[in-house]
Amino acid sequence: MYLSDDFRLKVGLAEMLKGGVIMDVTNVEQAKIAEKAGASAVMALERVPSDIRKEGGVSRMASIKIIRQIMDTVSIPVMAKARIGHFMEARILEALGVDYIDESEVLTPADEEHHIDKKTYKVPFVCGARNLGEALRRIAEGAAMIRTKGEAGSGNIVEAVRHIRTIVKEMKHLTILGKEELVHEAKNLGAPLELVEWVAANGKLPVPNFSAGGIATPADAALVMQLGAEAVFVGSGIFKSEDPDSRARAIVKAATYYNDPVKLLEASEELGEAMRGLDVSKLPESELLQTRGW
Amino acid sequence: MKTIGILALQGDFDAHRKAVERAGGRPVEVRTAKDLDACDGLIVPGGESTTMLKLLDIENLTEPLRQFAARKPVFGTCAGAILLAHSVTKPAQPSLNLIDIDVERNAYGRQIDSRITRVQAGDDELEAVFIRAPKILRVGSGGKILATCDGDPVWVEQGRHMVTTFHPELTQDSRVHQRFLEKLTT
Repeated sequence: MYLSDDFRLKVGLAEMLKGGVIMDVTNVEQAKIAEKAGASAVMALERVPSDIRKEGGVSRMASIKIIRQIMDTVSIPVMAKARIGHFMEARILEALGVDYIDESEVLTPADEEHHIDKKTYKVPFVCGARNLGEALRRIAEGAAMIRTKGEAGSGNIVEAVRHIRTIVKEMKHLTILGKEELVHEAKNLGAPLELVEWVAANGKLPVPNFSAGGIATPADAALVMQLGAEAVFVGSGIFKSEDPDSRARAIVKAATYYNDPVKLLEASEELGEAMRGLDVSKLPESELLQTRGW
Repeated sequence: MKTIGILALQGDFDAHRKAVERAGGRPVEVRTAKDLDACDGLIVPGGESTTMLKLLDIENLTEPLRQFAARKPVFGTCAGAILLAHSVTKPAQPSLNLIDIDVERNAYGRQIDSRITRVQAGDDELEAVFIRAPKILRVGSGGKILATCDGDPVWVEQGRHMVTTFHPELTQDSRVHQRFLEKLTT
């Protein structure tokens, strides 16, 4: 599967998005601001995560009319979110022709046991993960890009840091194990042995590894990139801040110059108030989005 | 060994790094004008041309890049080809005008229309990965078409510079990168 033309094309687009910022947008105006600021792609959704958190209710795939307007307006790739396990929302988005589908824990799950069988689609998928087992299960299902889940809509980077560190640490651990130990590890991770062996041999995921969930500042973006993320998704962090336009530009700059403190200082200067953050440790378990997905 | 800079503002610069190594060059990432000093040639990778344009602009890299190109070879793939073109449409956007071609962005469709195919390069065939690829609508009289796909030019060389609308960095075949490396020695 991993060498098929189909999968190479899916991973190929993810390669093109590296070093960039994928921004959540809910309408055409926001999509235009994002593109102008230098976003490498936009993610169309009904409501940004912090509003989903506040307003509650069932959160679904975005309005087709709005996604189509966004596709007609910007020249960068357009992604859209489908509910976990909602393989028909995904089929509709594929028919619409979006460039990537995010099977996302930010929306209300449609299936509490199964994810979408992503191999059967022509359109590529990205999925969230908190640890290596979850990442490899999603890849086994056909995901061509992994992102940390973090805690969407919190404006708090702590969960994304936890998730990227966990994934990187678990991958490093595999590289020092013997063949027979990998079988046991595959069982512990709940992931196919073939993928566990691939990671052990290469020390990385077989697909690009991005970060999402709680990124609100240029420094946050640089932090997760330093920890091993190859690009970032920013959700509520931009359009829930005081200054979406300049903040979007600053985070784009930070994703490129994550290794250059002077450029990061330039990016951080003259920014207004970031979005108001949440202390994730005080959130009740039932309000966490990251625990959705199996 | 020749040092190839890879513009690492955004895009698949990491895939180019590996491709340069396979072809026998030494890759370095380029994010500032100063990084260019060490380079014998420069690759502008695939990615999003609007993002790269934005960063070239705010980091004042356009002029240093032009000066570099006046002396040394530059190779653009996909978004890189768009940046190097004479003019760009759909939408119209600025470009560096290093190679006399006109291109139309995303001319073959969206991601679901992306494909891997064989293209004709003289007597040889090459595997070519097209991802939301641009189309070369016109090649100036100084340009040499090195490969075509369904009649469209997909690999064009003009003097020391060259562009492909496909992604040779996403295959194991090093011939395109090797040709670029050869341009550095002559």
